[in-house]
Parts: sequence; structure tokens; C-alpha cells
Amino acid sequence: MIDKKRTITVLAYISMAVFVIFLLRLWQLQILKGSYYRKQSEKNRVRVFKIPAPRGIIFDRNGIPLVKNAPYFIASLIPGLSKKGLNLSGLSKLLDTSVEDLSEKIAKRKKHVLEPIRLKEGLSFAQVARIEARRSDFPGLVVETEITRAYPFGSTGAHLIGYLSLPTEAQLRKGLFAGTPRGTFVGQWGVEALYDKRLKGVPGKRFIEVDALGRQLRTLKIVPPQKGEDLTLSVDIRTQKTAEEAFKGKAGALMALDPQSGEVLALVSLPSFDPNLFVRGISQKQWKRLQRHPGHPFLNRVFQSQYPPGSIFKIVTAIAALEEGVVDENFSVDCTGAIHVGIWKFSCWKGQGHGKTALRKALVESCDIYFYEIGRLLGMDRIAKYANALGLGIAPGVNLSAERKGLIPTTSWKLRKKGIPWYLGETFNAAIGQGYVSTTPAQAALMMAAIANGGNVYRPELLKDQPGPEPIAKLSLSPKTLRIIRDSLVGVVEDRKGTGGTARSEIVRIAGKTGTAQVIKIPEVVKKKLANTGTMHGLLHTHRLKILQ
Amino acid sequence: MLRHRLKINYQGIRNFDWFMFSIPLVLTLLGIMTIYSATRSVLDTPPSFYVRQSIWLFLSVIALFVSASFDYRKLIGYAYHLYGIGLILLFLTIVLGHTGMGAQRWLRIGPISFQPSEMFRIAIIIVVAKYLSIKRAPLSVSPLATLLFLFVLIPFCLLYKQPDLGTAITLVGIVVLMVLVKGVQRRILVSLLLVIVISLPFAGNILWEGLKEYQRNRLVAFIDPKVDPKGIGYQIEQSKITIGSGKVFGKGYLKGTQGPFRFLPEKHTDFIFSVFSEEWGAVGSVVVISLYLLLIIRGYETAFYAKDEFGTLLSIGISTMFLFYVFINIGMTMGLMPVVGIPLPFFSYGGTALLSNFICVGLLINVRMRRFILFY
Repeated sequence: MIDKKRTITVLAYISMAVFVIFLLRLWQLQILKGSYYRKQSEKNRVRVFKIPAPRGIIFDRNGIPLVKNAPYFIASLIPGLSKKGLNLSGLSKLLDTSVEDLSEKIAKRKKHVLEPIRLKEGLSFAQVARIEARRSDFPGLVVETEITRAYPFGSTGAHLIGYLSLPTEAQLRKGLFAGTPRGTFVGQWGVEALYDKRLKGVPGKRFIEVDALGRQLRTLKIVPPQKGEDLTLSVDIRTQKTAEEAFKGKAGALMALDPQSGEVLALVSLPSFDPNLFVRGISQKQWKRLQRHPGHPFLNRVFQSQYPPGSIFKIVTAIAALEEGVVDENFSVDCTGAIHVGIWKFSCWKGQGHGKTALRKALVESCDIYFYEIGRLLGMDRIAKYANALGLGIAPGVNLSAERKGLIPTTSWKLRKKGIPWYLGETFNAAIGQGYVSTTPAQAALMMAAIANGGNVYRPELLKDQPGPEPIAKLSLSPKTLRIIRDSLVGVVEDRKGTGGTARSEIVRIAGKTGTAQVIKIPEVVKKKLANTGTMHGLLHTHRLKILQ
Repeated sequence: MLRHRLKINYQGIRNFDWFMFSIPLVLTLLGIMTIYSATRSVLDTPPSFYVRQSIWLFLSVIALFVSASFDYRKLIGYAYHLYGIGLILLFLTIVLGHTGMGAQRWLRIGPISFQPSEMFRIAIIIVVAKYLSIKRAPLSVSPLATLLFLFVLIPFCLLYKQPDLGTAITLVGIVVLMVLVKGVQRRILVSLLLVIVISLPFAGNILWEGLKEYQRNRLVAFIDPKVDPKGIGYQIEQSKITIGSGKVFGKGYLKGTQGPFRFLPEKHTDFIFSVFSEEWGAVGSVVVISLYLLLIIRGYETAFYAKDEFGTLLSIGISTMFLFYVFINIGMTMGLMPVVGIPLPFFSYGGTALLSNFICVGLLINVRMRRFILFY
């Protein structure tokens, strides 16, 4: 006979042991690690989709919008929803692309079957309408929408406003734009790039419940996107347009500043490009053509080109001589058209000479001989000190593009760089803005603005009504020097013999200085407009650099 | 004759164990609720698994009363017939069987798919109980060898061939336990143990070689589910997430997400306990596990009260079967056991299994209510 009592007792204990094991495991899974597993199950179930945020609008100083937000349509295929035997040739006709291109894109995917494959981007409204009408013929074909820009002013102010485009492969590899949702347009140039963070806003989130096949079941929660900040630029688009038209299609650069606030009123770099090309995805051909353009349309000449400043540098030499007390305003030189130093001959641009020339005449008529003489008296290093104090040789730090610093040579610089001492002849050249001296158009404009505002070199400000302009350099000038220089610069335009006579205006008094870089034959016309005759307050100042062949 | 049968019925109704009847009923109803929740779908019309399981429950309850109504000792006479039919059906399954999940487990008769291995469980317990009850204890070499050949080796091979490894191992386990309860001569036991220990590496190797790829993967995944959480370890990891995410009180009925959203495979069959646990939490899980414990203990109690050795062995066999099934299935969902395709009795979707389990409970009730009947 079976020992029933013993057997049953043992079996009952085994059963209870199993029960206890289960209890312990439940305690471990559901109580100790319950929160962890709850999170895991949420991660399974909830997928977060980003909602693109409308980008902030960029206005000019008078409130004219310089950009528009525009939808950007992308035809995509969700492979998981498309049936086998997709009509590729029909699809290629619909999307106006080649069968090879489509099959290559479809074959390339490594993602989940429900991740859309982008087949064709930048569709027109007409194309979208055609696709929507024929959706049933192509299961899995969807039209996705992104937000991009339209630039109503085209190439006008393109270097200032910039453009948006999708991040390039190289940018993505470098980890730029991390955290930006896939397929989002980012600022790539100009203000669009510089203030990208403020303009782009915060993307919203759509929490969607999905099943294991990735099918979207329902929306759980929506965090709405936050629109990007609107920006009002200091630029006046009408001034910008007028300025660009004045170049009559030639290459060149211009920066118009409000000397009191450093606000940029116009920023011209020509030739330019149409930013609208980029937002719809520029074609390889168009891109190559822009890249190979002899005028380098992607060069922001205002900050990135450097030339010998030519005669506008005479203002620096003149200020240095007056402030250092080397000469006074009455000191004069007899210009015979040339002077000789050893075996070298240094000419004035005016072969027959200016005759007896004092400071005002020297500036107004741009006499070279006069500045050779005071350059000789000053020496290069003293000129350089004043040039630096006027912001020359210093990057303005706008960061709209990479900036060049120009060059203000010194005797120690030459010894260090070239290993040979400084020659007097080089001082002559530098005194009239030739030789080693080079500046960017931005620096020239800042220097002129500093003279207009009494010596402060402000960082050019791209936004309107920003608090307190930020000086990047400062020159303390005696009121007497300032008066002499300003009076001379008015004479450049207003006097009968002034070199800037072409800029004379019936409406306003204009002060300025012409400059011609002899070495590379780039005449510069520098003008200073006085909005309010009689006083130097509230003045507008324009600096124009123009290449005249 | 008629009067005699009526007399038994009156006695039966008086001694019918309603408690034993109510436990599987409650478990099955909870199971149907959970099947509904596990298979509900947001996008598609939900499949009618819960409806079909309800119909099977109805049939099963009838089967339970039928199997409790006649004197269980009549089974002794039909034991070999039942076993023979069982073997034939198993054989037919291999030959004609309907393949599901890489295994041939179903026979199709008209509109009904039928899983013979589920019914075979009853047959083997009855036949072993009968065989052991007529032998003298402790077992000597020849009856033991006959038993091992007839009731272990043959069915194991047939089930292994299907392959239904889970059922094969469980049934072997039940038979071995029944033999041990009966008693085996000590020297045989010791030498058998020695043979097993020595041959274990070889047998293990042969078994491993004979396993299908998915079966091997399950074992590897059991040892380390993190190996490849999207692949072979996926089921175990998802099951643990499903149970764990229920925390103390659960997400609430029809609030579970792991099952209906298909993150958990086999959600309404092998992994139904996880789905229940997700929705009802530790509290619900403890209730269900306690119900199983109560059923098993009551089954063993029935074995204790049984008037004859056949009844005792039958009850021990059935109760042990429930114990093994519950241990392997729930253990599997909790990541304590490798994934073998064993359903949770009463809970998992599956008509044949439900019918078979209710018949088993019917037999337990049968043995229990006839404990007062005097011997012949």
C-alpha cells in the first residue's frame, strides 16, 4: 500500500513551495522593479513625433517682412503600406523623376517599414494636387509637409538675410544641428543662420500610441510647437534695394551704418544669389554654376574681401599728425607732382602737382605728396596706433560670415614677418593707404562712422533698437581735430575741386572721402551724408565701395 | 438497473464538490475576460477568440458533469482502450496533422481543430494509474521496464516527433512521479539513477541535436534573455515587462497595452498570465495563483481520501499535472523557466485543453464524491 499521508504531505509542500517562488518573483517584478518595467512598457507603446515649429519672421526696420513661411511638400513612400508590384513607371511619371532614381531610393532604405522614404522633395502645389488625386493608385504614397521659407525680395539683401536649407551630410556628420528633427530646414546663411536659435522656435510633440507593427492607434497628447521669435532688422529694404541698383550689375560691397547706434541700414555684396534656390533644394547644376561664377557670389565682400584702402586712409594719417602734434592745420607742403627718396620716385596722382597744399586742401584734393611728408614726420608705428584705434586691423565681430581682419603694418611686424627692416618708402605708401595696408569695406565704413560719432567704433548691429552699441575700438579725439577733419571731408564733396564732387546732392550736405587703390585699380568712393546740415547729430553716413573698371 | 443508476445520482449530487467545481469555473471566466482584453484591437475588428472559448467552456462544463457522473472505477476496464485510441490519434497527428508554429499538433475534424495531445494526457494518467494499482509495491524490474517502455518511451517519441516537447517532458514527469509514489525497489532506483547520471551528457547531446532551431533559441534565451532582446530573448523580456509594468494594482481591466498592441507574442495562449498580471497587478496575480494552489491541494486531498489505490493514483496524477503545467507556464511568463509551449490550464485560449482540463477536474470530483461508497 502507498503511504498516502507521507506522499500527500510531501506533494502539498512542493505545491506550496511553487506558490512561494511565484510570490517572491511577483514581488521582485511588480514591486521592486515595477516602475522600471512600467517605463519599458510605455517606451514600447508611445512613440513621439515632432511637430515642426513655425519659424520667426524677419522684418526690416519699417516692418516689411523680408521672409515668408511656406509649406514644403515631399512625396514619400511608406514601404510597409505599399503593395508588392508597385507601378514604378507610373510613379515616376507622376513625380516627374526617373524610374532608376525611384528604385534606388526605395532600395537604399534601412529603416523600419513604416518610416517614409522620401522620393521627391519640393513639390509644387500642382504636383501635390495631382498626387492627391491619384493616391489610390499608389498605396503607401503620402505627401509630407515641412515648413520652409520664401524670400519675396529674391537676391536683394541675400547676404544679409541668408537662407534655409536641409543640413548637409557633412554638417550632420559633424553633429551640428543636433536635436533638430530629421528633415527640418535650418538657417545656413546670413541672419537666418546667425539667429537660427531664436528664429527656429521649439518643435511640438505628438505622443502617439502605436502597436508592435508600428501602426498608429491614437493620439495621446499634443504639446503644441512654440513659434520662433520674430526679428526686426536694422536694415531698410528700400535703402538696400536702391543701393544695390546703384551698382548697375557690377561687383562690389557697401555697408550703410547709423553712426550713433551702429545699426546696419544696408549691406550689399555683389554679385549676389537668389536664396529661393536653396529652400526648394538646389539642383546640382544650379549649385555648380553658382560655385564656378567668376564673381564669387558666396563671398560676402563687406566682411570677406580686403583691399588697400587707398586715399581714405589719408584720414587716419591726418588725424595721427594732428593728434600727435607733428603738424598743425596750417602746415603746408609744395606739391610738384613727385618727390624723390634716394633712387626712388614717389608721385602724386596729379602729375602736375597741387602746388602749395595745407591739410584741408590735401584731404579735399587728395594730395599724395602732403601725406608722404607727414607720414615721414610721423613714422609708421604712430600711424598704425591711430589706424587700430579706428578699428582697422580688427575684425568687427558681426559673425554674419567669416571675417577678415585686414592689415595695418608696423615696423616690428615687418621685421618679424619678413626679416628685414622697415623702409621710409613703405611709410609713404602706407600713409596714402597703399602697400601693406589693407582693410575690408566693413572696416572702412566703421572708421567713417567713428569720425561721424566722435571716435567710437561700434560693432555693426543687425537688429533694430538694441540697447547700447558695443564699441570694439575707441579713439579719443580733440574737438579741434574732429572739427578740422569733418570740415575737410565736407569739402571733399562740396568744394569745387573736391574729388568727391560726383556725390554732391541738392538735398543734403554730404561729407566723404574718395579712395583709389592704385595697385589693383579699385577706385573707392566714400561718401558721408549729412542728413541735417548745420549739426553733426542724427547724421546718416554711407560708405560705398565701387569697382569701376 | 434504472433504479440503481438513479440511486447513484442522488448520492452524487449530495456529495458533489461544488468548491472544486467553482475554482476552474472562476479561472476560466477570468481567462475569457483576459483573452478578450489581450486580443482586442483598436484598428481591426477583434477576433472572436473569447466567444469561441465561451462555447468551449459550456461544452467543458457538460463534460465535467459527465465525467463526474459514472463510477470512476469503470475506467479501469477501458484504460487500455483509451490509451490505444490516444496513441493512434497522436500517430495520426504526425501523419495528417495541421501545422502551426512549426509543429504538427492539430487534427482537423470538420470545422473543429482538435489537439490530440491534450486528450492524451488523461489517457496516460488513467492507464498508468491502472497499471500501477494492480502491481505489487515496490515495483520490481519487469513491471517497471514494461511501464517505462509502454507509457514513457512510446508517447515521448510520438510527442517529441510532433514536436511538442513541453507536453512530452511534462507527461514523463507525471508518470515518473506516479511511479515514485507507488514505490520502486531501492536497488533498482539507485541503479537507474546511476545510469541516468552517467548517460546524461550523451542524452543531453542527442536531445540538443534533435531540437529544432527555435527550441534551441528558447533555451539560450532563457539562460540570457538580454542576448538579443529583439530576437530570441524578446518573448521573455516582453513578458517580464508585461508583468512588471502591472505593479501592485495593475493598469486596470482593458487598460493593458503589451498584449493588444502585440508587443507580447502568444498573448492569449502561452503568455496569458502576463496579460492578466499587467491589468490586475500583484493583487490579481496572487489571487489567481492562490486559486491554482487551492485546486491542486484539494486534488491531493482527494487522493488522500480516495477509497482505492486507482483513485489515489488518478488524483495524484491529475493534480500533479496541474502543478507541473502551472509551474512551467507561469514560471515561463516570469522568466523562471525556458519558453516551452505549455498553456496555462483554464486560462489560456484553446478548446481541447479546456475540455481536457475540465474532464480532469470532473474525474477528481468523481473520486472525491465516491469516497463514502463501500467497497464492492
